[in-house]
Amino acid sequence: MGSYKTLVVNMGPQHPATHGVLRLVLELDGEVIVKCTPVIGHLHRGLEKLAESMTYHKVIPLTDRMDYTAASINNLGYCLAVEKLLGIEVPKRAQYIRVILAELARIMGHTLWLGTHSLDMGAMTPIFYCFRDREKVMRIMEEVTGYRLTQTFMRIGGVANDLTPKSIEMIRQFIKEFPDGIKEYEDLLTENPIWKLRTKGIGIMTKEDALAWGLTGPTLRGSGVRYDVRKAFPYSSYDDFDFIVPVGENGDVYDRYLVRIEEMRQSLRIISQAIENLPEGPVMVDDPVVALPPQDLVQEDPAALMRRFKWASEGFPVPEGEVYVSVEGSKGELGYYIVSDGGPKPFRMKVRSPCFIHVGALPKMVEGRMVADVVAVIGSIDIVLGEIDR
Amino acid sequence: MDIREIEGIISEKFPGALIRAELIRGDSIITIDKSFLLDIMEFLKEGLSFEMLIDVIGVDYYPRSPRFEVVYQLYSVSKNERLRVKLRVEDGEEVDSVTSIWPSANFPEREVYDMFGIRFKGHPYLKRILLWDGFEGHPLRKDFPTEGYDFDKPFKVQ
Repeated sequence: MGSYKTLVVNMGPQHPATHGVLRLVLELDGEVIVKCTPVIGHLHRGLEKLAESMTYHKVIPLTDRMDYTAASINNLGYCLAVEKLLGIEVPKRAQYIRVILAELARIMGHTLWLGTHSLDMGAMTPIFYCFRDREKVMRIMEEVTGYRLTQTFMRIGGVANDLTPKSIEMIRQFIKEFPDGIKEYEDLLTENPIWKLRTKGIGIMTKEDALAWGLTGPTLRGSGVRYDVRKAFPYSSYDDFDFIVPVGENGDVYDRYLVRIEEMRQSLRIISQAIENLPEGPVMVDDPVVALPPQDLVQEDPAALMRRFKWASEGFPVPEGEVYVSVEGSKGELGYYIVSDGGPKPFRMKVRSPCFIHVGALPKMVEGRMVADVVAVIGSIDIVLGEIDR
Repeated sequence: MDIREIEGIISEKFPGALIRAELIRGDSIITIDKSFLLDIMEFLKEGLSFEMLIDVIGVDYYPRSPRFEVVYQLYSVSKNERLRVKLRVEDGEEVDSVTSIWPSANFPEREVYDMFGIRFKGHPYLKRILLWDGFEGHPLRKDFPTEGYDFDKPFKVQ
């Protein structure tokens, strides 16, 4: 009796649970989703085209603006890619500082994810705890780099500055305090029956599906695949540190939550190993072509002044070739494919954004489920639109 | 798996398909004829267990001919290996879509179409992805103007 009709609903681009400007066109049959079509591009800034008209070091601030929740990891991936093209090895101390910053950035990303994800699902309290701890990391970042959110601290060939004694003290203090913070999140959520009802068995991706749909990072590891770029292709001395890669079993929203919580603990382990074993030495590679002449030398030596001027205005040539380098971002495998034609500007730079691929897999995870589950699944794949649209 | 080993297997199984096999800065790269794309990709996934398609990338080498390159970045979880497969594509030519082999190719292929205008045969939903539907031109082409152009022109909402 009666005619059968589906209802098309626009979710976003202005929707608090889409974590930015993501628009989903949902075709509904009652409350069940028949078809889901993600529409992206609202935050497209043409980053890859912009990079083609900039010298290599001027691209670094652009990369911060992709995954702005964990900006330092983006810097790291880009710098590693250009360093591979140049064939230079970064000093050990700089590598350790990079690791510390990247892991702090991962904690920043994960605490923001947990706060907003739980807020989407109706749990109001965790976001206050998460932002309390995120604020501590931001203070450390401010002390080390001068910026809270978009740090732009890494340089091609090293990092911009050494750690200050105060920042080392702050990091040690944070290592002491943060485990209690994680325990508080877990007390609130892990055994919470409402949380479990909202997350268990939702948005399931089996191992095979997860691989076929190209998921990476905690979203893939929630499905039980132990792939972490830090372990698979160690970069920036990650093989010096002892840490485990947590994996889930069922590939649902709850397992991804557990994986990310454990990842924060492992990040903390890496930071504490790095800060205690921090090697002595310079933080910038000793290469007059790549490194900017130090400020005090510029005051005395006209040749250094000239070199600084040329470095800043013209950049430095990078050997011809192409590389693909990826790092384990806070969302997944963040890759940079750079083609160089031998000049001072990238001929082509492509960013392999994990969130971009994850949004592509979103229909697979939500079709056949309820509208309310969409919010849970979007939260669990941890997207950031700055990285999707670039 | 060594790049020479892959070169041997591919050239034996698909005669005439392999254009180049090289190892650059530790990365294994093979360049293949685009008419063999689906067969070779199917074989790489099933036979050599490259389970994941990490990314599909377009590059414009204007004014070189053939103009474009489409780059597939593959990863094998079981063997922990990477492989890059490249195709050379002339302006206006179509490439077979690999969405039937890896569904993850859906979005990256749309992006390559959006940015370079390379069409993928057999793609389920080949539409612009980052730019709006009424946009004219493909911005990552080297001959796309970087200033002026359509910023002051009105565009049609569809």
